[in-house]
Formats: sequence, structure tokens, C-alpha cells
Amino acid sequence: MTTTQDGPDTVAAQTEATTATGHEGGGKEIGRDRRRKEDQRLITGRTRWTDNITLPGMLHLAMVRSPFAHAKITAVDTSAAKAAPNVVAVFSGGDLDDSIGVMINAWPITTDQVAPAHPPMATDRVTFAGEIVAVVVARSAAEARDASELVDVDYEELPAALDLKESAEDKVLAHPDLGTNKSALWVFDSAEAGTGGNVEDAIAKARDGGIVIEREYRQQRLIPAFMEPRSVVVDPTGEQLTMWTSTQVPHIVRFALAATTGVPESKIRVIAPDVGGGFGGKLAVQPEEWVSWWVARQVHKPVKYTETRSESLMAGHHGRDQWQKLTLAAEKDGTVTALKVELLADLGSYVALVGGGVPVLGAFMFNSIYKFPAYHFAVQTVLTNKTWTDAYRGAGRPEATYAIERLMDELAVEVGVDPLTIREQNWITHEEFPFTTVAGLEYDSGNYEEATAKAKELFGYDELRAEQKRRRDDNDPVQLGIGISTFTEMCGLAPSRLLGQLNYGAGGWDHAGVRMLATGTVEVTIGVSPHGQGHETAFSQIVADRLGVPFENVEILHGDTQISHRGMDTYGSRSLVVGGEAVVRAADKVVEKAKPIAAHMLEANVDDLEFTDGRFGVRGTDQGVGIAEVAMAAFTGHNLPDGVEASLDSDATFDPVAFSFPHGTHLCAVEVDTETGQVRMRKYACVDDVGTVINPLIVEGQVHGGLVQGIAQALWEEAVHDESGTLVSASFVDYLVPTAADTISFQTDHTTSPSLTNTLGTKGVGEAGAIASTPAVVNAVVDAVRQFGVSDIQMPCTPERVWKAIHAQGAGGADPTTGGAAPHFEEATGQEGQTDRTAGAADPTSTDGAGA
Amino acid sequence: MIPAQFEYLAPTSVEEALTALSTHGDDAKVLAGGQSLLPVLRMRLNAPEVVIDLGRIDSLRGIRAEGDQISIGAMTSYYDILADDTVRTSLALLHQAISEVADPQIRHRGTLGGALVHADPAGDCGAPALALDAELLIQGPGGERTVAAADFFEDLFTTAVGEDELLTAIRFPRYDGWGTHYEKFVRVAHQWPIVSVAAAVKVDGSTISEARIGLVNMGSTPLRASATEQALVGCEATEDGVRAACDRVAEGTNPPSDLNGDADYRRHLATVLTRRAVVAAAGG
Repeated sequence: MTTTQDGPDTVAAQTEATTATGHEGGGKEIGRDRRRKEDQRLITGRTRWTDNITLPGMLHLAMVRSPFAHAKITAVDTSAAKAAPNVVAVFSGGDLDDSIGVMINAWPITTDQVAPAHPPMATDRVTFAGEIVAVVVARSAAEARDASELVDVDYEELPAALDLKESAEDKVLAHPDLGTNKSALWVFDSAEAGTGGNVEDAIAKARDGGIVIEREYRQQRLIPAFMEPRSVVVDPTGEQLTMWTSTQVPHIVRFALAATTGVPESKIRVIAPDVGGGFGGKLAVQPEEWVSWWVARQVHKPVKYTETRSESLMAGHHGRDQWQKLTLAAEKDGTVTALKVELLADLGSYVALVGGGVPVLGAFMFNSIYKFPAYHFAVQTVLTNKTWTDAYRGAGRPEATYAIERLMDELAVEVGVDPLTIREQNWITHEEFPFTTVAGLEYDSGNYEEATAKAKELFGYDELRAEQKRRRDDNDPVQLGIGISTFTEMCGLAPSRLLGQLNYGAGGWDHAGVRMLATGTVEVTIGVSPHGQGHETAFSQIVADRLGVPFENVEILHGDTQISHRGMDTYGSRSLVVGGEAVVRAADKVVEKAKPIAAHMLEANVDDLEFTDGRFGVRGTDQGVGIAEVAMAAFTGHNLPDGVEASLDSDATFDPVAFSFPHGTHLCAVEVDTETGQVRMRKYACVDDVGTVINPLIVEGQVHGGLVQGIAQALWEEAVHDESGTLVSASFVDYLVPTAADTISFQTDHTTSPSLTNTLGTKGVGEAGAIASTPAVVNAVVDAVRQFGVSDIQMPCTPERVWKAIHAQGAGGADPTTGGAAPHFEEATGQEGQTDRTAGAADPTSTDGAGA
Repeated sequence: MIPAQFEYLAPTSVEEALTALSTHGDDAKVLAGGQSLLPVLRMRLNAPEVVIDLGRIDSLRGIRAEGDQISIGAMTSYYDILADDTVRTSLALLHQAISEVADPQIRHRGTLGGALVHADPAGDCGAPALALDAELLIQGPGGERTVAAADFFEDLFTTAVGEDELLTAIRFPRYDGWGTHYEKFVRVAHQWPIVSVAAAVKVDGSTISEARIGLVNMGSTPLRASATEQALVGCEATEDGVRAACDRVAEGTNPPSDLNGDADYRRHLATVLTRRAVVAAAGG
């Protein structure tokens, strides 16, 4: 089962592997490679995306956005826009009242966190290029867009805080009224927490005869780049106010609207119809939602706003963006003794919904799978005049995993052993589970030895090492590098109690309802909110097994607060490990409710019944009744036992006792063309342990997608601002999202260490690939060119950086990107159509110049 | 995103198109497939009042062998050029370069003439046209004129085609028996070239007897590396044989600096890619 193909052998093998664990839940459907039932409509686009929704009398919005990173708004003239054809209204900051609400920060990580108020629309000052300053309401989207260009805003430009390190020193203030850019300092220390020793002592000791590795790594800024741009429709005309929005978090949006706009929660219905991707980028309360909500209530008509791709890249939140200062101490033989982590995290211009908390999600993960006796973590979050940052696939854990996995490679070099050896020397062995880490988390299960052994074989580790040596010996212009990432992560954002301790503003539970209908089909409502993950398929498989009904008879309803009234939505790889268990519990309650009715129908004692494959049988007889018949009996209510209600509906809320900890071993081989610096993927093999697998095909898809996103951070993607704070990588011409043509066929496999935190034994898989792959790739690139004196190359590892690193003995590779150049298309139009071009302005020798 | 409103004209003859151009002058933009114009309109980086679509002028499409020349109509799509056997055998360099343009959807829409008149120095077509000594047929109110590729590209997005003129066809000499290679350097497949080198060589025994080299994205226009072409004559058609000649290919060039690399890195790339293109073209 090493490929993406779901041939019959593979299916059988995987099913066997899953059921062989003997874990509860192994049934006919669980473990089966079901093709996703939602894909037909999602892939063809014939479905209810928000932008497809049209309501009678609906008006369209266009946003006017700031071109400056930091400026005072001195005047806004909307008269020309108001006079444009079919424009109904134009609102700017001065027109707003309190009912527009504010954008909330749900996770103030410290009690003294400095955070500016975050209005949905700027009133007197703009704080990043892309901030909304006015909104145009027109009868068509095109007319709204045309008129938006007629809104005349006068700005007085202010100095902008752009560079993270400089901003941390308060050289220029992003919000002068706050007096500082430093938002919060969050610290964890194992000595103080009682989970380990003193880091400084251990480092001091290591300086005397041991090993101390000090590094500084950059986590570049990334853009989630989901496929469906954000879109919102608001209908204020009914008894309830309804918002359709392209979001991961309809329940959180509803809560936040109620909390900030004065509309009672019971009057608000939020619907996330089908949503085309999020990757954390739609784990957000969006100013565009709040502005649309407010405008609809002003004009008393339905409104729609759909962002352009450029707006999406500029004003949808960004991710990552950290400087990481790291100190690892070890004994001479490579046994680790301490890890000290000091982070600067760029918040952007506001503290977003969970933006400040993202680095804190990494705080417990830098120690990863290794037995550090002492650990210290500190993050300083910093305000700048850039788009705000928040969750992006992995949120905090990719940053942590990158740092520790890069460091472990450096330690191996220092000790002079294979990087797998140094990991094995330091990791938690499978006999040691459950294991409480130096960061205070209890890892419930795992088997790093087994995953690594499998991955080595799948990868052909020894053969590739031999080839690497050959190429080095031959001084081959194309060098081979091998990168390793033995990762773990914490996911399933829960339990509530722990989130409360971290000052998180909400719970980590989730909810499900299961309704057995009269005709034998099953309606399931889930509080988690899919946007591409395949919930409808996976959850149907679970319910089919629990209730013994056909897979096709299960319908999963989601994303509408009126239908799935309770939920904490989808992010942090939590849907299955939290929401899936809620579904199990709700389904089991249906069986319990059906039991007395079945016993009554069979004229048997409840205690003599057993429920197997959808049928209540009387033990020791061939008498029985199917659950569908019981459902019909409950529906008619003609002949129910006394005191039994005429319903098989049930609800369950589940709050796990701990996070889930998937892990895996990822091995990557790259070829580096030393003449050009070009990096080509040669081979990628990974063995992931995500506990019990409900649907191997979906897990495979999640791993593949995650890998590509993580590889993209290593090699291609970066959000770059120029010196005035304008996003240079503001289209897909300059923000390099890879396509299938840029990747290779991945070799994947899994081991199964069931989670102990839910009865299914599942662990999250949504982010694993993105967390694990980035350091595997960069380790491989550095490994390929280490013989040239290179010990680090900053991400993304562009050919230019790699080439400079090789040819300057390591210098240059770690230089940050400078954003001096114009985007491709802007450069094009800067010239196009101008009549005063000066032909020959370019270096005259260049026209036919080559070589004199 | 929705472009600003414009008037759409779809003439069915070159004469009709020229009349439209002279009527609307500066206010008009010519749509010759849309590979570049459509994104520019949709991003509202340009808002012409009139768009003149050449897509319905049949006479501007097609590939014809004319004696020892091959003539390609300006509105012939990349896809149609790639499907043509004469181009494949006698203009293999052009064929190879076009096969690397963007993606299949765009190759069905984009046209050779559109790409050449747009004159993006990072475009794949300009350098082969330059290296292969193409002639460009330009029609205007005063009639038809022919411009050599060497005189066609004037500056960034600027060509010899006047505002009241249209490029109607591109004429190439045949390159039967030449070895060719288009070496494109990108980070992701759908990107404009960071640098590309288009090379055609004639090999006599094991020695290069003639060479044509075009450079992509090494200046404000596509470049012809004539000095390197001369230096290659008489070189052994091997990596070491051509190295010295190729090492000087970037001298005097003024390439851009952007997120994909600075000018110095591009100059270095050009030398490596030229060597590789020449060796590959020579069958190495």
C-alpha cells in the first residue's frame, strides 16, 4: 500500500490493517476506501457556493481599499461614486455607527496583551495596504466595482512598521497611540512549570565539553491561497438575519456577530454552504462579513460581496512569519539536554481572531518526539503595518517542527552520525507511552521506531545514501540530498479545560445529532464545518457501521446554524477526533432509544436483545427486527411501550480529555543542480500514524495535499512586501503556488497506533503533511550542498539562494527576500499604452549585445 | 474580477480592423487571443474604451510553406502551430519554445502574433523569432511593410508595429537539418521564464559550423547573442568545446532583478543555460 492507487489489493490490505488493530469501530465501512460522495458536486462546481446565491432585489458591494500601509485618512469624497450609474449608496468610515461592531480577538494570550481596536472599516487611519476605507453599493457587481474607482480618498502617509525585527524594537510604531509594537510576551519554562529542569543550567553545562547549537531560522510569511475567494451574502429581510459566508467557522461567526453588533444570537442564522478550501484562511471573522452585515441592515435589502483574487491575497489573513532564535544543548554523544526557543511573531496590523495564539500552539511542540530534560519557550508577538496573520495549515506546529527537525540535523552533523541515528537516540520509545513531555503534554500513543523502519524501506534509504556518496565523490554537478522529518503534532483543538487555561475564548467540544427517519434513512447534523475535507463521506461511514444501515442511507448536514445548531467548526485537524466521536455517541444513543421499542415489538426482554449489523435480535433465537422497522414504529407511535417517546432522535456533545498526537517519518530526496541552484524533488516517502483510519483514500488525499503545501513553503511560496508595505506577490504570477506539474509521486504508508482519547482511535490528519514536509525538504537541500560549507538556506529555497549559498561558502543563502521588484503584470502595464515611451532607454548594448 | 466596461469590436477582415484602429487610436486595444490582455483587463491595470478582437479574421490564421520560407498567420494559435508538421521539422526551435508556453488552455487561446506584438521580454516566442531571423509583415493604412526581427523589438512591450498598424504574418526561413533546443528555466511550471535560451546549431562532423542564439528575459527586449554565435563557429560540439564561447553570452546584457533572481544571477544563468542549450541542440 505504497501508492495513491486504490487497486483492490491495496484496499484489502488497508482494510485488513485497520481492522487488525482490533480497535472498537472496525466494521464494514470503517477502513474502507470510499470515494467521496460530495466530490461530484464540488469538482464540477454545480453546487451552492456563496457567490452562486442570488436573492430577489439583491445589491452588490465593492470595497475601496487603502493603497498605503500606514496613513491618516484626511478626507473621503464619495460624491462622484454616488452619482455613478445604478449606485445605491456609498459608505465610508464617517458614516458608520456602533452597530457595525468590531473584529474580535478570541485568544488574548496574556492578560496584559497590547491590542489595537479593530474596526471592520477604517475611520481615520489605515494600518495596512488593503484595509477597507469605503464600500460601494450598486445594482450589479460591475457597477459597484466601476464606482469604487470614483471614491476619492485623501491620505497623509505615515511611516510604516514593516520589518519584524525592527518593529520589535519599536523603531516605527504600527499604532502610534499604543506606544509600542510589542503585543504580548508568552513564556513557558519547564523549571517553573515543574515539567523539567533549568534550561540555562543545562546550556551552561553543555558549553563546557558538550554541544551547543545556536541557530536563527526564518518562517517566511505565507498566504493560505484557498481556491474559492471569500464571499458573503446577507439577507436582512426575514424574521431572522441570515448570512451565507465562505467560512470554516459559521458558529463562531454567529457568536461574534451577536457579541459585537447588537443583534440577538437567536435572530442570527449563519450558513456556510459548500466552501472551496480554507487551510485556516477562513478560520476568521472577516471585516468583509461585518461590513456586508451592516450595509444590508442599512439598505434593508440583501447584499452580496465577493472578493477578487487580488483582494484575497492582500486582505485575507496571512500565515507564519516568525524569526526563531534557537539554542539546543546536548552531551558530546548527542543526547539532548536542553532546548531554548525565543520567537518573534509578526501579528500584522491587528491581533486577529486567534492570531496571537498561533505561536502558542507551537509552544508545546518544539521538543517534539524527543526527551529534552529542560525546555524554555518565549514568544514576543509584534504589531506591524502588514496584513494580519492567523491560522494557516498547521498553525504554530509547522514552525515548531521546522525548527526542531532542522536542529536535529545540525546536531547529527556536529556529532558526526546519521541524522536518523541522532533522532533514535533521543526519541520516546514505544514502550514509554503514555509519555509526559517536558512541555507538559501527555502523548497517548505512538511508535516512532516502526514508522521510521517502514519509511526507510519505502524510501530506499541506504541506496540513496550510497548514491549521494557516489555523486559527492565524483564531484557531480547534480548533488543529492536526503532530508528527514520525524514529526509529531498536537491536533483536535480541544479539550475545553486546557483551552481555558490558555485563555482561549471558546471551548473545544463538538456536537452531533443523529435522526433515524421513518423510511430508514438517517439524517446526521454535525457541528464541524467541512470545506473540502470529505466529512460527508467519512461521517457516513461511521454512522453506517454504528447503526448498521447502508452507507448510501446516511445524509450528513452541516454548516447551517439553524440545522447544526451547536458546533465549534473545523480547524486544527479536529473534525474527526472531536466531531467524529460526537457522531459515535449520538448514534449509540439512537440504538439505546430503539432498544425498548424493538423489545416491545419482539415481545422480549430488553436485556435479551443484541444489536448487530442494524438488527436487534433476541439472544439464542432467530427472532429479530431491523432498526428501520423500529424507526417506522417510532414514527407511527401506534404501539410503543409506556413511557417511551416517539422519536429516535439524539444529540451528543463530546469534549476529549486531551489533544491527539499523530506522528510520522518523512524522508525526502532532492537533486540540487549546483550550476543553477535549482532543486528538484527526487523521491518522497512518508509513513504517517494517524491512529485508526476511517477512510484510507481520504487520509491519502489529506497527506498528499498537506505535503504539497509544506513543500511549497520550503521551495516556492512567500508573501513579499516592498519597502513601502505593498504586497509584491499579489497575484499567482508572483506568489508561486505549485501545481501537479511541480510535484512528484509520493510514496505513502501508515502505521496504526490508535489514539486513546476517542473510542474510534483516530488522530487528526488534516495538517500532518504540511507540518512534516517543510523541514524534510529543507534538510534535504542543505544536506545536498553541505560539503560546500552550507549549513542553512532560508525558505523558500529559491535557485538563486541555493546557488549563492553554494558559491559563497554558505553566505547569501540565508538572506531574506527583498521586495524591490514590481509584480509581473504591473510591470507590464506600467509601460503598456503609454505614448511617451523612451525607446532605447535601456542599456543600448543589450539590444543585440551579447558578447562584444 | 470584472474588467471596466469597453466596446467590443470583432472585424472580419484586416481592412475593417485597420479602419477600427484608425478610428479609435489610443483608446483601442487589440485582442489577439488574450493570454496577456485579458488578465490585464480583469485586474483593471488597463481600461481601454474599445477592444478590437482579431479572432474572426480568418486570413490571419494558418501556416503556409512559401518556397524556402514558412509563413505563419499572426492569429495562428500556439496549439495549431504545435500541430503542424512543417513547423515541427523545419522550425523545430519555435516548436520547442511554444510547447513550453503556459498551459494547454492558454496554448489554445494564445497566438504567435499576439505574443510577439505584446513583446514581453519574458515571453517564450520573441527569442526564437529573433534567433531564426524571422520577418514580420505589418499592415497599416499605407499598405504592407516587412520588418526584420532584429528591428522589430524596440523596448519593453514596444515593437515596430505602429498604433494604426497590425502584425499580419511572421515569415521564417526553413531550418532543415539544424539541431535545436529551447532551455527554459522556471521555479514552477506555469511561470514566465526566469531566463530561457533558444539555440539552433548546424553541426559539421563534430564541429559547429553555424549557430543562432536567442535570450529570453535578459533585457528589455528579447536578445540575439550574435557574438556568441560567432564564437561558437568552429567549436567542438561538446560541453567543454562550447564552454568558453557560452561563458561570455551575458556580457553587455541588462537583465531585470525580481523575486526570482537578481541581474547577476540571471547573467550567470544565461551562461549555463546557453551551454546546455547549445550542447543539447548539437545532439549532446
